[in-house]
Amino acid sequence: MDTLPLAVSGGDAGPLTPAELRELYTLMVAVRHLDTSAIAWQRQGIIPGYAPELGQEAAQVGSGYAVDTTRDFVFPTYREMGVARTMGVDMVGYMSTHKATWHGGLYNPLESRLAPIQAVVAGSVLHAVGWAHGQTLENSDGGTTGVALTYFGDGASSQGDVHEALNFAAVMKAPVVFFVQNNGWAISVPTERQVAGGSVAARAAGYGMPALQIDGDDVVAVVEATRRAFAHARAGNGPVLIEAMTYRRGPHSTSDDPGRYRSLDEERDGAGEDPLERLRKRLLADGIADEAFFAEALAAAKAEEEHIRNGIQALGSRPGTEMFDLVFQETTPALQAQAANWREESEHV
Amino acid sequence: MSNPTIESRTSPAATAPAATTVMSMQQALNRALDEVLADNPKAVIFGEDCGRLGGVFRITDGLQAKHGEQRVFDTPLAESGILGMSVGLAMAGFHPIPEVQFDGFAYPAINQIVCQIARMNYRSRGTLPMPITLRVPSFGGIRAPEHHGESLEALFAHVPGLKVVSPSTPHEAYHLLKYAATRPDPVIFMEPKSRYWQKGEVDPATHDADGGSPTGAKVMREGRHLTLVAWGAMVARCLQVAELAAEDGIDIEVLDLRWLKPIDAAALAASVRKTRRAVVVHEAPLTSGLGAEVAQLITQSCFDTLRAPVERVTGFDVPYPSGDLEDEYIPNIDRILFGIQRVLEYKRG
Repeated sequence: MDTLPLAVSGGDAGPLTPAELRELYTLMVAVRHLDTSAIAWQRQGIIPGYAPELGQEAAQVGSGYAVDTTRDFVFPTYREMGVARTMGVDMVGYMSTHKATWHGGLYNPLESRLAPIQAVVAGSVLHAVGWAHGQTLENSDGGTTGVALTYFGDGASSQGDVHEALNFAAVMKAPVVFFVQNNGWAISVPTERQVAGGSVAARAAGYGMPALQIDGDDVVAVVEATRRAFAHARAGNGPVLIEAMTYRRGPHSTSDDPGRYRSLDEERDGAGEDPLERLRKRLLADGIADEAFFAEALAAAKAEEEHIRNGIQALGSRPGTEMFDLVFQETTPALQAQAANWREESEHV
Repeated sequence: MSNPTIESRTSPAATAPAATTVMSMQQALNRALDEVLADNPKAVIFGEDCGRLGGVFRITDGLQAKHGEQRVFDTPLAESGILGMSVGLAMAGFHPIPEVQFDGFAYPAINQIVCQIARMNYRSRGTLPMPITLRVPSFGGIRAPEHHGESLEALFAHVPGLKVVSPSTPHEAYHLLKYAATRPDPVIFMEPKSRYWQKGEVDPATHDADGGSPTGAKVMREGRHLTLVAWGAMVARCLQVAELAAEDGIDIEVLDLRWLKPIDAAALAASVRKTRRAVVVHEAPLTSGLGAEVAQLITQSCFDTLRAPVERVTGFDVPYPSGDLEDEYIPNIDRILFGIQRVLEYKRG
């Protein structure tokens, strides 16, 4: 499905260069290695939990690659590690949420242009609309605007907030790109038991919004679709919905056991070809990269993973005072009294 | 000291104080919003029907015509959307002043209020403040349909990250709204809709002539024998009760709590240490209501001087009744007088 008009002239859509394709591969390898390592960290007791994204690297790296971090803003859920890495977010700060150091992570959302990690699915989809409408208000003289990119899944698409967000954005012509990663599963419930009609993209027409349903395992297709959507929204034409069809190859989280709701055969059939392997074959076929390049990319990913692991292992607990100090900009007497009691009683122990 | 007794229960003649600027609470709120929009270019007002119509209670009357459709706008009919959008606008640097049309319509937005607005400052470690002033036409007393008269203060006050305030007079409405709408934290602003059309003197120059804190409680009537603690529409009713009781020689102090979170515990203590008796009056149901919190704060600070347990005169633990039963539900003069009597006649066992 593709109901998005042809790219507006002067948009930033264009064919990917060999250097960009190599960069995409480097990013995907880094994300793949960090993702599988994070599961290992959990098994080793380094972090208490993690939400893997195995198989979604192309959808995440490809969409995150279209973001202009000087003016756009991204609203993730809890499974957008690949987007964060692609945007250049501090990954120790990002992973600290999975280390249970601080809900939302320790990265600076304003500087990184990535909103805090969000555990309520669909919770941040409306935030994207509000932020995007703010861009419209600030550029009412006709200047180009930043675009809000918001992520959610096939499961979250059942939430009322997604419907309200789609309607609000369409009514207000807000510059939002709704990026749906349809990974086939909402924990244990498959898409056909979650999404009536089988497609989130098909719903966009009901909101008067163009939509693209794309192969979310083809990173090139993802980059091109996201760039088209960004150009459309940035030019003041309102929101776009992209449904990237992909597959959650791993469990929902490190606490999940997919063996209770799908067989290995089903997993193989649903997953299709590995998106990383697909890109590798393409680069080889086009003569853009060779084995030495792939080995170098993997070595860099391993070094990066080690650096991040060392970083989060070195993270201590946050000082307890932050629990009280960060609730409000202007604290309250009751909170100050509770903090004073806490300090006194914990020092006494 | 002998306990005063109660005999007369007739209504007093309403005597409006001589005023230089007399206006209704609706006009006072409208004027406050007008000035907030003029003072802060980042302030935006939105909600259902608050643009062209000026709100069903006309609180935003004329503001769109004066400040433009960018600053005051109508949204689609969806409360979660309105509040979720507020989060994004705040993240983009705006000062949202959303309206939910009636208190009961805040329920569909609870997820956004509790999971998002209340936590974003904390989640983002103070980098994404939520300077959101949520105006909620609140409480009963206007014979409205179901869900158009609710008392949500305890619910909101219980949520970490929210502040709650309710004005009792046009003067308080003007100043408290102007104050709330300039704060960097989320404030739930509960407007007593039964008082919208009551007129009173507004001194725009000074909130508290005695230099009291804008976040503090306020003694609306000095007295020696007992403190009535109230907020919103119940303040006027308690002042009526105090006039009646005065005819019997009972000298009642009326404390307008104003802020329901944070509660001004020092003002409560000061008043009750003087009068040694207290009755809390609120429209909300009894169980787990704010009356319990107020009573505990008084007990903690005044246990040694209290002459009787703190009494509560409240709504009942029933769904808000239809108009025909409303007068039975909302604390009336007789019920408040009975509460006072129970305290005055209390004998230690």
